[in-house]
Amino acid sequence: MTFPAFLFYVFAALAVLSALGMVLNVRNTVAAAMSLVVTMVALAGIYVLLEAHLVAVVQVMVYGGAIVVLFLFVVMLLNLRSDDFAPGRARLQKLAGALLGLALLAQVVRSSVAFGAFPPLPDGFGGYRQVGIALYTDYVLLVEVASLLLTAAIVGALILAKRKID
Amino acid sequence: MIPLEHVILLSAVLFAIGVIGVVTRRNLIVILMSIELMLNAANLAFVGFNRLWPGGAGENALDGQVFVLMVITVAAAEVAVGLGIVISMFRNRDSVDIEDVSLLRW
Repeated sequence: MTFPAFLFYVFAALAVLSALGMVLNVRNTVAAAMSLVVTMVALAGIYVLLEAHLVAVVQVMVYGGAIVVLFLFVVMLLNLRSDDFAPGRARLQKLAGALLGLALLAQVVRSSVAFGAFPPLPDGFGGYRQVGIALYTDYVLLVEVASLLLTAAIVGALILAKRKID
Repeated sequence: MIPLEHVILLSAVLFAIGVIGVVTRRNLIVILMSIELMLNAANLAFVGFNRLWPGGAGENALDGQVFVLMVITVAAAEVAVGLGIVISMFRNRDSVDIEDVSLLRW
């Protein structure tokens, strides 16, 4: 096994374990958010191994930085009591959830085919220059729509979180 | 060399964990985190397939990575709005348990 492949399995194990830690942690939402950070950073490492360097950097900045900090702010702002983290839900529903997840997984495994080895890369693949060229030529409309979406989300979040709408 | 099959398997496992979180948890904040996890699983599949089809000589085909950047944008917007909903729900109901907001009106 080559070194990048070894690193991939390390990051994959880390991502799966911390994702499980997030979903199964019923006591502490702050710890769940921290597990989410570990998952995001492990995925960023996998993106680097898959030659998606800009995406890895954006993943760490936006997910590891902004989104999880937002989660932590809300958890601390709301000052939740410990009984708000109660696992709850009937055992039957839990079983149904686990079965649904396993069925999805089985479907993917069943329908997977052999893909073969990765081809050699063109120059600058996944770097900021090539991704930037793709974003501002072929996908420039998508960038504009994304800016509209972000504006709408800012306005919507402000209105939703306002104490009283007048 | 990393086999793409294992990348897709990891993506499927993370997605399944996210589904289990959404279906079984009652804390709305954790449900939002699980949705983020599912979006990340999809991103991983995009990046993996983009590595399999990176374009010909001298020409990059970066469609998968551009899609990932767009998914990250949408996820950020979704978290902002979702947490705004959590805050207003906590103001009205003093709880983040989804069982407490099962009515459409009261």
